[in-house]
Amino acid sequence: MIGRFLRRLARLPARLPRGLLRAWRRSITLRVVTATLVLSVTVLALLGQLVMRGVRDGLVDSKVSASRAQAAAGFASAQSRLEAAGTPQRANVGQLLTQIVTALRDQAGSSSLYELVLVPSPTVDADVPAGRLRIATGGVRPASVPAAMATALADEPGSRADRFVSICYGGTDEPCAPDAPRLPAFVVGTQFSVSGAGSYQLYFLFPMTAEAKTLDLVQSRLALAAGALLVLLGAIAALVTRSVVQPVRSAARVAERLAAGGLAERMVERGEDDLAKLASSFNGMASALQRQIGQLEDLSRLQQQFVSDVSHELRTPLTTVRMAADVLYDGREDYPAPAARSAELMHDQLERFEALLAELLEISRFDAGAAVLEAEATDMRTVVRRVVDGVEAMAAAQYGSRIRVEEPTRECIAEIDPRRIERVLRNLVLNALEHGEGRDVRIRLAVDDEAVAVSVRDYGVGLRSGEAALVFNRFWRADPARARVSGGTGLGLSIALEDAHLHGGWLEAWGEPRAGAQFRLTLPRAAGAVLRESPIPLEPVDRRGPRLPPVPGPHHAPEQDPEVARDG
Amino acid sequence: MKQRVLVVDDDIALAEMLTIVLRSEGFDPIVCGDGDSALAAFRERKPDLVLLDLMLPGRNGIDVCRAIRAESGVPIVMLTAKSDTVDVVLGLESGADDYVVKPFKPKELVARVRARLRRQEEPTPAALQIADLDIDVAGHSVKRAGVPISLTPLEFDLLVALARKPWQVFTREVLLEQVWGYRHAADTRLVNVHVQRLRSKIEHDPERPEIVVTVRGVGYKAGPA
Repeated sequence: MIGRFLRRLARLPARLPRGLLRAWRRSITLRVVTATLVLSVTVLALLGQLVMRGVRDGLVDSKVSASRAQAAAGFASAQSRLEAAGTPQRANVGQLLTQIVTALRDQAGSSSLYELVLVPSPTVDADVPAGRLRIATGGVRPASVPAAMATALADEPGSRADRFVSICYGGTDEPCAPDAPRLPAFVVGTQFSVSGAGSYQLYFLFPMTAEAKTLDLVQSRLALAAGALLVLLGAIAALVTRSVVQPVRSAARVAERLAAGGLAERMVERGEDDLAKLASSFNGMASALQRQIGQLEDLSRLQQQFVSDVSHELRTPLTTVRMAADVLYDGREDYPAPAARSAELMHDQLERFEALLAELLEISRFDAGAAVLEAEATDMRTVVRRVVDGVEAMAAAQYGSRIRVEEPTRECIAEIDPRRIERVLRNLVLNALEHGEGRDVRIRLAVDDEAVAVSVRDYGVGLRSGEAALVFNRFWRADPARARVSGGTGLGLSIALEDAHLHGGWLEAWGEPRAGAQFRLTLPRAAGAVLRESPIPLEPVDRRGPRLPPVPGPHHAPEQDPEVARDG
Repeated sequence: MKQRVLVVDDDIALAEMLTIVLRSEGFDPIVCGDGDSALAAFRERKPDLVLLDLMLPGRNGIDVCRAIRAESGVPIVMLTAKSDTVDVVLGLESGADDYVVKPFKPKELVARVRARLRRQEEPTPAALQIADLDIDVAGHSVKRAGVPISLTPLEFDLLVALARKPWQVFTREVLLEQVWGYRHAADTRLVNVHVQRLRSKIEHDPERPEIVVTVRGVGYKAGPA
């Protein structure tokens, strides 16, 4: 039942206005205090009712027994007076009865402990003078005694009856007016007969004014106590919740600061209770985190130092070897053929070794997190031009490929590290040349408000499905049996990807077997901005739509080269 | 007369190899094996150029570079095994004019050495003026209100290149070609660091330059923005 009540309480917020709703959702204190108050009110109401009923029953019971005893004594005294009077004369009956009633009333003194009513039994004929006799003390109307009671007494002469009634005051003969003020009372009655004058009924009416007053008093005191108790309970609930919520809030604050990098942040530990335990566990966790991060940092520093040392230690002897090899290579014409060829081989392979070493060091610098972005505002067009200038001659001589560039006329300024981006683009272009089977390589540069993108498209062997994701893996080769012409190291694209990521940019590949491949580099124009979309689609424009040889038409961009498109 | 090159390198094999290459190219190389004796050798032999390894036992290359630069504008080319920007910039800021990253080709090294030894030969007006600076090209001096400002020959060349065509914007690549004398060397950090060094000597407020101005996304120019 309490569960259902709580569930209903939880649904209550739907009906609350918005601000209150938010406070309800966010404040545990509010919820706990409200729940405590609602439960306490229910319990106190039940308890109050129980107490009130007990008090009332007690009061009424003692009143009833006292009244019965009083009435019994009264009846006995009335009976003895009647017997003493013997058989009165018919005319004196009224006088006698009045005397008896007055005497009985006088026994109560001036207090209004009881009033008396004497009426003829309903069996007495109302037309005889005795039938009209009605005596009442204290202004009580005889009609206050219910007719049912009178009838019951008349049916069983000599018996006594009692019940609760409400009495009204006024003349002796009229019935009670419906709107007359009434008082609760206990009435005890009996019927007796006066010899020769018929039967009469005598009623003791005990007003319960004092008891009603006591009950009112008890009720008001109880309500006061309940109110005070409610305030107390509410305050206790608020206090307890606060003392629990406060450390939780402080834990949340410290956790936020920890997450923001303040690894030395700790909670205050006080006492030995559960909350202190929370604080100490929390601090233990923070210390463990700090220790682990510190260890990782140390490791990273060690790695960086190692890379740096290897770099220096390897490069100095390599420089000497390199210079010696160059001197030998320059003089190779003076040597016998085997020695001359050896000098050539050594020279070439040293170059490859050097490139491999440089890339290994570069990638380990990325792995150690030591790579730093040196961003400066640069026009991407100049970077592209520089790359093209650098490889154009080699492309024509070694691969028989031309490099075509399509770039916007407006500036393409972006905050980039030109050395890194130039390296990325050179890698992409060399990669395109190597796999382009002597066909042209197409570079497209595009820019929008937030990003700048360069795509490098070749029309060579392309990529099989699934390979687009693999090309950036270290030392990955599409076809391990295929000889490398340019002697690439297998790390170029991995480094390019790392460089792109360092800029917060994307480097993606698209390819289809025999349709060539396209690599797209997208960089945010402002350093640190987050990319949402690229100005160039990943799938090349000349491969969109149905996989059919493209037909020259207006929907093809003017830069479309039909010859190349047929190749694709 | 042969031009004298002081090689400061602790690696005996590399030093010998450098000697062989330099000698075959017609220079007169002198070798010095550690940083402590480098300054003495420099004072004694008065070389036309210093080839300085950055990592040296004893006094390290950066300190040697500063010491030499403190008393001479002689061209200094650093040999460094580290190509990280921090290391390169630190070397250039300590006064080196150029740097070569190991491993290098002999031809590349010789080209750089030659470029540093070759003086400006283009006919230029004898006196230039930019902002409140008077430049005496022939006399290699720069004065502000009659007070001479001490520039290294490279800084002087950089200033002259910019001042010769005020208002024209020079890309870093063009400056590399005109001042350092090589093409296709894409390392624009060289230009950046030297522009900073030049500014620290000639600008009233190097944080807000008025003589050598950065043109965002393009390069530098002489004159107010």
